[in-house]
Amino acid sequence: MAVRHHHRLPLPVRPLTISLAALTAGLQTAWVRTEKEKYLRATKFWGKLFLINIAMGVVTGIVQEFQFGMNWSAYSRFVGDIFGAPLAFEALIAFFFESTFIGLWIFGWDKLPKRIHLACIWMVSIGTILSAYFILAANSWMQHPVGYRINKAKGRAELTDFWHVLTQNTALAQAFHTLSASFLTGGAFMVGIAAFHLFRKKHIAVMKSSLRLGLVTVAIAGLLTAVSGDTLGKVMFKQQPMKMAAAEALWDGQNSAPFSIFAYGDVSKGHNSVELSIPGILSFLADDDFNSYVPGINDTNKAEQAKYGPGDYRPIIPVTFWAFRWMIGFGMASFIIGLAGLWLTRKKFMLAQHLRVGDDEVPNVVLFKNKTVGPKLTKLYWLVSIWTLGFPLIANSWGWIFTEMGRQPWVVYGLFQTRDAVSPASPRARSSPR
Amino acid sequence: MELHDVWFVLIAVLWTGYFFLEGFDFGVGILTKLLARDRTEKRVLINTIGPVWDGNEVWLLTAGGATFAAFPEWYATLFSGFYLALLIILVCLIVRGVAFEYRAKRPEEKWQRNWETAIFWTSLLPAFLWGVAFGNIVRGVKIDKNFEYVGTFWDLLNPYAILGGLVTLTLFTFHGAVFTALKTVGDIRARARKLALQVGLVAALLALAFLIWTQVDSGDGKSLVALIVAVVALVAALGAIQVGREGWSFAFSGVTIVAAVAMLFLSLFPNVMPSSLNPDWSLTVTNASSSPYTLKIMTWCAGIATPIVLLYQGWTYWVFRKRIGTQHIAEAAH
Repeated sequence: MAVRHHHRLPLPVRPLTISLAALTAGLQTAWVRTEKEKYLRATKFWGKLFLINIAMGVVTGIVQEFQFGMNWSAYSRFVGDIFGAPLAFEALIAFFFESTFIGLWIFGWDKLPKRIHLACIWMVSIGTILSAYFILAANSWMQHPVGYRINKAKGRAELTDFWHVLTQNTALAQAFHTLSASFLTGGAFMVGIAAFHLFRKKHIAVMKSSLRLGLVTVAIAGLLTAVSGDTLGKVMFKQQPMKMAAAEALWDGQNSAPFSIFAYGDVSKGHNSVELSIPGILSFLADDDFNSYVPGINDTNKAEQAKYGPGDYRPIIPVTFWAFRWMIGFGMASFIIGLAGLWLTRKKFMLAQHLRVGDDEVPNVVLFKNKTVGPKLTKLYWLVSIWTLGFPLIANSWGWIFTEMGRQPWVVYGLFQTRDAVSPASPRARSSPR
Repeated sequence: MELHDVWFVLIAVLWTGYFFLEGFDFGVGILTKLLARDRTEKRVLINTIGPVWDGNEVWLLTAGGATFAAFPEWYATLFSGFYLALLIILVCLIVRGVAFEYRAKRPEEKWQRNWETAIFWTSLLPAFLWGVAFGNIVRGVKIDKNFEYVGTFWDLLNPYAILGGLVTLTLFTFHGAVFTALKTVGDIRARARKLALQVGLVAALLALAFLIWTQVDSGDGKSLVALIVAVVALVAALGAIQVGREGWSFAFSGVTIVAAVAMLFLSLFPNVMPSSLNPDWSLTVTNASSSPYTLKIMTWCAGIATPIVLLYQGWTYWVFRKRIGTQHIAEAAH
């Protein structure tokens, strides 16, 4: 198999870092404003988990930045003029922010005035979000190169419009989607940990506030993730038709294209042997119209051959197909569980007086107004909340696998192929059969 | 002065900043084995750099990012060519970062001891390897006409580069010892001064040898000035620590690092990575640089962001300016 890769080494830790920074900052703000002890304790608790996580932040940042040169030197030579700038911006603006203020926050509890100390964690949060934005702008340029020209003499792409690189619709859509998914990840993480403590009846007041904050985050972020995912999908249908055709294992273009719930494709034969699908949905996702034409894998491959010369421009279809489904499946499952949790653990709305509890009691799990769901289902509710803690993280990972694998064989779509990108001295190049 | 020259200077400045700052926190990491007598003292040492090591490391990230953006060819040749050496440094930096955060997460002595051992080695190895890497950059390595490094890892371990590694190792240890003397009180402060003198003498001899070798090989008038400044500052740093002026000593050991890095970059210019095979295949500020447009944007960004970074990093050092002693370490907070 050819060298396949995705560029996202910091992928598992980053979404958690981004959201936990903001959530911790939110909790600390609640403490500064209300002076309630439980918010202070929650800040310290989540701050600790956030720190374990961010310890990896800068070091994985270094790995990410070094590995382009170490493993992908040919790629770095070709796109360095464009790709280096957002990375340098990320280091100069975001990473310095993040790492300096995190030091101030950790060690500054009794050295800084309360509000300045609070400002520090917000600075960290802004740093994590900025950092994500710059790296996503760089990644988006690989998905959809803009603001450049090819310098034939130097054999490289050169930047002509940096602002366009930073603000193109791919970058905006991808940042919107990735950031909301980060908050979905952090929210579900918070819900899971809080449920674990409530299940064991420990730190009840702190964990109850955390549970509710986590659930609200999951609900809002889940909705935004779905909306932004739809936006990003539409952008990609236009910019990378192959990726979206592969996402659906749609071999031949058609009007009123279906959304496959399940399909088993055979790459060599170029069709699906088993398929279960809902007609029209794919067309709607692509174009807001149930009847519009969506090009398939075979058509797109032919079109790209005509455009870029002979070759196979298909990604690995089953990986792309299933990654897309697992991304949506795990993400939406988490969203639905979050919504349900928000209803089941509600404090007042449509809840009988005798089921309402004080600050130091574990909330009742209530489906209908007057009655709890019973001890067995209550236990099940807590367990499900704990088990689904990692769902969005899984969805995130599949999302990245989808977006990077779906672009293959291109590293930079339409400009530069993966097989040309590796370093001559790197182990990948030596072991590569291609 | 054209923009690619400006960026050559800026990258030199970023590396200088990195070695100045992470230099002392590598040094303090090494001192955890050389200086601390018990767990409390180790805690004191680690606390002196606790709030700042993370921010210090970003200087490396920025130097790397700036090289990528301003000199993509240099970045690609350097990072793919020095693959194994950089991999070792990366692994060290990762383990080191994790060690700082995880060390205090559990109270058992064995857990903490293991992380402390990790901090020692992951401070020592990069401190040595950075010198090796820069020794090789200045000396020139086997680069072919496609700007690809064609040597092996073992080619990097030549006497000149190893001497460079020993210079950074001892110099950073000295810098760290002076920093410790500056930031602590009590017995550990007195021992840090004594150790600084000893390590500093060794560092001075090695640095003198290395810098003279560099000057003879590839120096000019400007690099000679930097050499003299570096050596005089190092002697001044030793003198200052001898008479107990720790602040001055730290300033002088900082000047030493600045002047030494400046000297290396001065003897490098206008090359950024000379080829030992054929001078025509050397990477230079012109053939390795980005387009003028990219350099212009980067210049704006660096021009605005760098002073702000210096301002808030400086503020951090001000907030944590107080000395730390064993009495500040609560029994439970090991």
